[in-house]
Amino acid sequence: MMAHEHLRPAGPGLGQKIRRLHWPFVALVAVIGAIGYGVLYSAGGGSQEPWALRHLMRLAAGMGVMLVLALVDVRLFFRWAYAAYGLVLGLLVVVEVMGEVNKGAQRWIDLGVVQLQPSELMKVVLVLVLARYLHGAYLRDLRRPLSLLPPVLMIVLPAALVLVQPDLGTAVTLLAAGTAVLFLAGVRLWKFALVGGLGAAALPVAWANLHDYQRQRVFTFLDPERDPLGAGYHIIQSKIALGSGGLWGKGFLMGSQAQLSFLPEKQTDFAFTMLAEEAGFAGAILVLALYLAVILAALVVALRCTHQFGRLLAMGVACNFTLYVVINVAMVTGLIPVVGVPLPLISYGGTAMLTVLASFGLLLSVDIHRNTPIPRYPGEL
Amino acid sequence: MRLEGDRARSFTRRALLVGGVQTGLFGLLAARLWNLQVEQNATWRLLADDNRISERLIVPPRGRILDRLGRPLATNMPTYRVRVVREQARDLRGVLERLAMIVPLSAERIDEIERQARSLRAFVPVVVREDLSWEQVASIAVRSPDLPGVMLDAGLLRQYPYGSTVSHILGYVGAVSREELQQDPDPLLQLPEFRIGKNGVERSHDAALRGRAGLLRVEVNAVGREIRELERHEGDAGADLKLSLDLDLQRFCFERLAEQLSASAVVMDVHSGAVLAMVSVPSYDPRAFARGISTELWQALVADPFHPLVNKCIRGEYPPGSTFKMVTALAALEAGVATPKTEVFCPGYMVLGNARFHCWKQHGHGRLQLEQALAQSCDIFFYEMARRVGVDGLAAVSRRLGLGGPTGIDLPGEKGGLAPTSQWKRERFGVPWQKGETLITGIGQGFMLATPLQLAVMTARLANGGQAVEPWLARSAQGQPGAAADLGFAAEHLAPILAGMNEVVNGSRGTARAAALQGLGVAMAGKTGTSQVRRITKAERASGAHKRKDRPREHRDHALFVCFAPVEAPRYAVSVIVDHGDSGSATAAPIGRDIMRRTLELAPGGGPLQISGLEGQRP
Repeated sequence: MMAHEHLRPAGPGLGQKIRRLHWPFVALVAVIGAIGYGVLYSAGGGSQEPWALRHLMRLAAGMGVMLVLALVDVRLFFRWAYAAYGLVLGLLVVVEVMGEVNKGAQRWIDLGVVQLQPSELMKVVLVLVLARYLHGAYLRDLRRPLSLLPPVLMIVLPAALVLVQPDLGTAVTLLAAGTAVLFLAGVRLWKFALVGGLGAAALPVAWANLHDYQRQRVFTFLDPERDPLGAGYHIIQSKIALGSGGLWGKGFLMGSQAQLSFLPEKQTDFAFTMLAEEAGFAGAILVLALYLAVILAALVVALRCTHQFGRLLAMGVACNFTLYVVINVAMVTGLIPVVGVPLPLISYGGTAMLTVLASFGLLLSVDIHRNTPIPRYPGEL
Repeated sequence: MRLEGDRARSFTRRALLVGGVQTGLFGLLAARLWNLQVEQNATWRLLADDNRISERLIVPPRGRILDRLGRPLATNMPTYRVRVVREQARDLRGVLERLAMIVPLSAERIDEIERQARSLRAFVPVVVREDLSWEQVASIAVRSPDLPGVMLDAGLLRQYPYGSTVSHILGYVGAVSREELQQDPDPLLQLPEFRIGKNGVERSHDAALRGRAGLLRVEVNAVGREIRELERHEGDAGADLKLSLDLDLQRFCFERLAEQLSASAVVMDVHSGAVLAMVSVPSYDPRAFARGISTELWQALVADPFHPLVNKCIRGEYPPGSTFKMVTALAALEAGVATPKTEVFCPGYMVLGNARFHCWKQHGHGRLQLEQALAQSCDIFFYEMARRVGVDGLAAVSRRLGLGGPTGIDLPGEKGGLAPTSQWKRERFGVPWQKGETLITGIGQGFMLATPLQLAVMTARLANGGQAVEPWLARSAQGQPGAAADLGFAAEHLAPILAGMNEVVNGSRGTARAAALQGLGVAMAGKTGTSQVRRITKAERASGAHKRKDRPREHRDHALFVCFAPVEAPRYAVSVIVDHGDSGSATAAPIGRDIMRRTLELAPGGGPLQISGLEGQRP
C-alpha cells in the first residue's frame, strides 16, 4: 500500500476493504465462469482437454487479478487514467504498424506468456479515461461544444484504429460504450441525434470503405441461405443447434450439432449456441439471467457511488459487459451479422477473460471506495 | 454542491434509463431464443437430424443361377481385399512397405496409394489390393499389430465355375452404365461398386437376381465420419434362378462342337419349350468381365472373326436351306395345292421363264412323292411346291412355326431371322417379288434367314403335333406352364412330313442315314441342310468348282441339321449349324445324332424315358 500513502484523505483500511468487497458479485462471476468450464468440458467431447482446464486456470488467475485491483485505491486509477489510455492507444498503433509490415491483420502483441490484444484492453481504458475526463465536467460545462471535443476524440481515435485492423465488432463496441458514458455524464440528447444523423449520412461512405469480408458478413447476415456451405454455414448451423435444443435441451454432452462438429467455433464465438443446444431454452435463459444480474449489480454499484468518476466507470464497465453479451447472443441467434465477439467468462480465450475480470476489478474498487472523495482537480489529490 | 447534486440526479435518471435499455435488450434476446428454441423447435430438429443421420444402402447378395438339377452355374465367391486408413496408420509409407512383404506391391503402387490416401479425408479407407489369397489374408491377420490402419474385408465376386461352357447363356455382370442409371430408379444402381447383369440371363432376369437393398442409418459427424449405427433394415437377398439347362448336356454339346471353328446347337423339350442346352462356339471366359475387362482383351474378342462374344444360337441368322423344306411341304398341304401322294418329276433342273433352277443332284431324282422328296432332299419337288403356294403362303406357315420373328426366349438381343413376303420386298427394295425368288425361298435360300433357336422351335412344333411351344430358360419370365396353343395344322398334314423326316435318318436313301441312332432302341427323325452362302455361277457349276474341298472357308456352305426323338413319341428337338461346315449330312448330322443320343441318355425334363438299349431290352 506504499502508493496509497500520499493520497489524502486516507482511504479505508485493508480489513475494511475486504469487508466492503461485493462478495455476491464475486460469487456471481465465479458461477458464470464455472458454467463456462462445463460448456468447454462438453466442447472438448467430455474432456478437460483441450479447453476446460485451461479455462478454469485462467478464470482463477483472472479473478486473482480482479480481487487485487478491487483492493487498489480508486484514486490511483483516477490518477493513472490518461497514462493507461495513452499506453494502450500506443499499443494499438504498434499493432497497426506491425500489421502493415506483416502484410496481414494482426490484432495482438506476443508477450511470450500471453498474447496481448490491445483492442480488448482499449475497451477498459476507454471507459476509464472518459470517466476521468468527465469527472471534472458539470452539466453546464458539457453545453460548451469545445469541452466535448476531447472525449469524442478519445472515442473516435481508438475506434478508427480498431476498424482498420479490421475488427468491426470491437470498433462498434468502443463507439457504443463511449457514447453510453457520454450520455450518462449528461450530454444533451439532441447532440446524439445530430451525430447519429450525420453518421447515417456517412453510412454510404463507410460502406464503400468496408473490407470485402465485412460486406460479405453483412450480406450473409441478410440472407444466410445464400451461401449455405460458405459464409452462411456458421449461422445456419448455429440456428439449427439452437432450435433443435428445444425447451430443455438435448442433455450434457448430447448436443448432436456441437458434438458431431457441425457447429463451428463451439469453444469460442459459438459457446452460447452449444450451451443452448445441450441445456435448452431453460439453460440459456438461466445464463442470460446471471449476466443480467451482473449488469444490474453494476448499476447498483454506480448508483450508490458518491463520486462521478466511480459512477461513470461502473456504468461504463456494465455497458462494456452488456455489449459483449448482447452482441454475442444476437450474433449466434442470427439477429446481427457474425462479428466475432466472444461470450464473456464462458468462451475460451485469455485476453477477453482478463479484460472483463480486470474491468470488474475496477468496478469492485469503485464499490469499496464509493465514499472516498475525489476532488474535481487532480492537483487536490 | 448544487452543481454536483444536479449531475448526480441527472446520472441517476440516465443510469436507470440505460439499465432499462440493457434489461430490454436481454428481453429481446430471450424472446428470440423462445422463438427459435420453443416455437420453431420441430423445424430445426428435423434439420439437425438431416445433418447427423446418413442413410446407406446395404447391397443384397445376388441370387445364384442353377441348372435344372440345382447345380450352381453362377455363384458369389467371397473375395478378400485389404484397405488402409491413413489416420490410423500414422506412418503410412512404413505400413505399406511392411504390407508389401506379404502382398506384392511395387514402389509405384505404394506411391499411388499414398497419393490417393492424401487426397481423401484421413479416415477414408483406400483399397491396397483386391482378391487376396487365403494365405495372404491369414498372414495379414496374424501381423495386424505391426500393421496399424490396415483392414481386411470380404466382398462378393460373381463366379462362373463352368466358364465359357455357359457364358453365352449366363452373360456377365458389370458396372452400371449411365443409361441404366437413368432407366432404373433402384437406388442400388447409384453405388459405385454395384454390378448389374449385362448380358444373358444375368441381364434378362436381373430384377429377380438383384434382390432389394437394405438400409443402414448411421450417425455421422460434420466431415462424414460414421459415429454409430442407429438402425438397420436388412433387404431381400436376390432369388436363386433355376434354369431349364442341363449342365451335363451343355458340357457335352460344348465339347462336341469344340472341334469346329464356329458352330452352334440348341436342345429343347418339344412339349414344355425348356431349353436343355444352348451352345455357341467359340465362346469366351466370363471371368474376364468379373473385375472389368482390359481394353486389349475386349478388342481381341470383338475383332475375332468367329465372334466369340456372340451367342449364335439367338443372334446368328442363316439361310435354313433344306431344313426349311418341311415348311414348304406343310404350306403346300395346308393350302390344298398338293397331297402326300402328289408326284413331281425331277430331271435335275426346273425352267421358269428363261431361267434354269438346279437340283443339288445334277442328273435328277426322277419321280418323287413328298416322303422321298424329304428323304432325298430333292430341290425340284420343293421348287414346285413353293411355286404352287406362293411366297406369302410360305411366309405365313413359317411364322406359325416360329420363323420370321423372335421366339421370345428370355435372353437379351435375340434376332428374328427373316421370312420374306412380297409386301416386305416392295417396302424394302421398292421392286416387285420375282417368281424365281419364290422357288429358292422354298428350299430355304434367298432372303430366308433363321437362327438355330428358331430351327429348333420349328422342329419342336412339327414334332409335338403342331403345338405353339415357346422356348425358355427360366420359368419366372414365362409364368406358369400352360398347354401351348394349337397352331391349327391338320394331323394328316403333319404325319407325312414327320414320316419324311424319319426316312431322312432311317430310310435306305435318306441324306442322314449314316447318322441314325444305334444301340439305344430309340429312333430319331431329322432333316439335313446345306445352305449356300454365295450364288453358284454357271462356270462353277460346269466345272464342279462349287463342290471342291479347297474352296476358301468363307465360301463353303453352312452345314445344318435338325432332328427330334423318339420318333413315336417326340420329346426332344435338336438343331445344329456348323458355319461353313460344307455338308449337312456329313458334318452337322453326326453332331446332331451325338447330341440327341446324350440327351436321351440323360433324359432330362420329367418322367423316366424308356430307353430299351439301356434297360437291356428291345421293344
